[in-house]
Amino acid sequence: MSKENSSEKIIAQTSGLSSANAQKIESVIPEGQQSVQPQKSDSEQTIPREQEQPERSSSEKTLKIVQLYPRDMNIYGDWGNTLSLSRRAQAHGYATEIVDYNPGDTFPQDADILVGGGGQDSGQTVIQEDLHALAPQLKEMAENGTPMLVICGLYQLFGKEFRTIGGDNLAGIGIFDAVTVGGKERLIGNIVEESEEFGTVIGYENHSGLTTLSGSTRPLATVTKGEGNNTEDSYEGARIHNVIGTYLHGSLLPKNPQISDFLVEKAAEKKFGSFEKKQIDDSLVEKARASAAARPR
Amino acid sequence: MSRPVTRLIGQGVRYATKLRGGGSAFPGLVMEKLHPNFVPEELAKLPKGVVVVSGTNGKTTTTKMVVQLLESQGLKVFTNRTGSNFVRGVAAALLGEMNLKGKLDADIAVLELDEAHAVHFVKKVKPDYALLLNVLRDQLDRFGEIDTTRRMLAQVAANTTGTVVLNREDPRIRSLAENVGSETQVRYFGLSEKLRAMFPSDDEMRSAGAGGEKKLAPELPAASVVLKDFTGTAANFLIDGEEAAGNVNLYGVYNIFNAAAAMALTLEVMGEQADRTALLRELAEITPAFGRGETLSVNDQTLQLLLVKNPSGFRLSLASADARDYATMIVINDQYADGRDVSWLWDVDFHSLQNGGVSMVSGVRAYDMALRLEHDDVTVASVNEDLEQALAEFIKKSEGKPMRIFTTYTAMLAIRKELSKITDVEEIS
Repeated sequence: MSKENSSEKIIAQTSGLSSANAQKIESVIPEGQQSVQPQKSDSEQTIPREQEQPERSSSEKTLKIVQLYPRDMNIYGDWGNTLSLSRRAQAHGYATEIVDYNPGDTFPQDADILVGGGGQDSGQTVIQEDLHALAPQLKEMAENGTPMLVICGLYQLFGKEFRTIGGDNLAGIGIFDAVTVGGKERLIGNIVEESEEFGTVIGYENHSGLTTLSGSTRPLATVTKGEGNNTEDSYEGARIHNVIGTYLHGSLLPKNPQISDFLVEKAAEKKFGSFEKKQIDDSLVEKARASAAARPR
Repeated sequence: MSRPVTRLIGQGVRYATKLRGGGSAFPGLVMEKLHPNFVPEELAKLPKGVVVVSGTNGKTTTTKMVVQLLESQGLKVFTNRTGSNFVRGVAAALLGEMNLKGKLDADIAVLELDEAHAVHFVKKVKPDYALLLNVLRDQLDRFGEIDTTRRMLAQVAANTTGTVVLNREDPRIRSLAENVGSETQVRYFGLSEKLRAMFPSDDEMRSAGAGGEKKLAPELPAASVVLKDFTGTAANFLIDGEEAAGNVNLYGVYNIFNAAAAMALTLEVMGEQADRTALLRELAEITPAFGRGETLSVNDQTLQLLLVKNPSGFRLSLASADARDYATMIVINDQYADGRDVSWLWDVDFHSLQNGGVSMVSGVRAYDMALRLEHDDVTVASVNEDLEQALAEFIKKSEGKPMRIFTTYTAMLAIRKELSKITDVEEIS
């Protein structure tokens, strides 16, 4: 059956930005349980997920992680990125506060790290207006060194424009000097890439938009297995200031903690003036990376 | 080539394939090449027509329910119950059911079709009935986006000639009423107000999890069958507004909801001739489909196989039983039929497994799964990518506890094969 399946060719209709879907995320994560020490829980799962209100000593340094548009731009485990980033920051000794930002919300001015994911066409349309209203602020934050990670759909919208295959021209907010053009086929599969800053980056790509970089925006990495930004050059993702754009899911951060470390380091340096890197046991991460990297495209 | 000859070749290939083992759709492929109109021509002969069951979750179990419920009403039912839900799988099943004279002895066909394949199927065969269950995020690396999946199902709805039965609780399914032709009827199955909160859609999942920000409930159409309430396996339904009690002996709350779907479809097919007593009696007799919560016996202990393939399904499956009562194993593969992108595991909340932990994690992506569990502070006793070893160790160490294995599709096939060496596993031809 699986054999037959793999020979079945299905070309998904791909009119849109991004890789898709929407909204959900399963998150009945009782926030207390994201704190530094693992808890033996006899606690129930019914604790509502409010914005995190860490109860920690006043001496503890807190980083505020803002997840952009989790309701409309959240697919392929974007929650995994936020969760992983938060735990990583905690492992480095910081308390974390996770704030959801959805269209119409008041934007948290004191955000220390921004994370955003992909969405379906419908999700893209919903956030478009809000994102543009927020653009001047986001640009200023980017230029001032606030670390950001944007994946897939938001990566595309952080570029200058997106020309869909249907002929629509969607304006991006232009943090990256990048243009995305809708392609006919989806680029789907396991991907491995080499980055000067982050070493080997491992994930899964699924997008139809083809992105080309120019100007001062550099690629995140060079692809060694997979497609990346487009089918022409071998680059993947984008880098400018402390902002990272990428097409990689997987989720990205759990298997690439070096990127979490970068985001936490930049946020901590900006907010507290220094960052002290802790040694973290990554043996399980290494095994997950090894098996993921060995998978066929 | 003459038709009987073509068919006999197909039946011969099916027989030979069966002897060799595996490949349930291969004979169908042969038929498709030799006689492309074989399936539509044969199905057109059925007096009560063709039912298509589709949606992202619960197709196999619901199809099985529909088959049994229609049989309880005295119909002879043809189905593709091998789980090979592609057009050629249908052809292969047809070949298996025909006698050597080429006669299909059935009143009605009930076909489980994968949403992408349903689109191809309805171009060839216009179904008389369609039962459309849900559009949950599922194997997006295959279909791209859930809105794309909805568009596929819209084509199924548009090509159905008799009645389309829709899940009124799923906004993407409910809105398919707009795609139905003017001659075609629309019926719904649904949940009571009370139960609605238990079945959040993908869109609602996050806010539902948060316990806050209730969206305004949209105006819902009346449903011919409503799941009103349930305790354990005892369920109360409202059939055209009348209370009816039944038992659904299947694992998981979603299966009880699927029973409402299957009943709504059956009542629609039977119309005035429906025998509700027989219907409810049969409902209690339904056993799980292949790997969908089927219970095997291993060393005098029960072992449940629970197929997982997307966040909502995994979430519901986890919520269906208390983790402390089971020894738990999770097996994640990433073949095409499993979903090649394992990102979806990050959208499942595993906190409920903190009680009791997980005894064994296996499969090609065992370490991705173990890493996921670590993020939710769930203790994992052992990780072993080698399924054979992992399964043996899991059974050995379960210490008399009932066992359950959450598994992706291809891993389930491998587990069944392995288990067949030590216990009775239903033969799937």
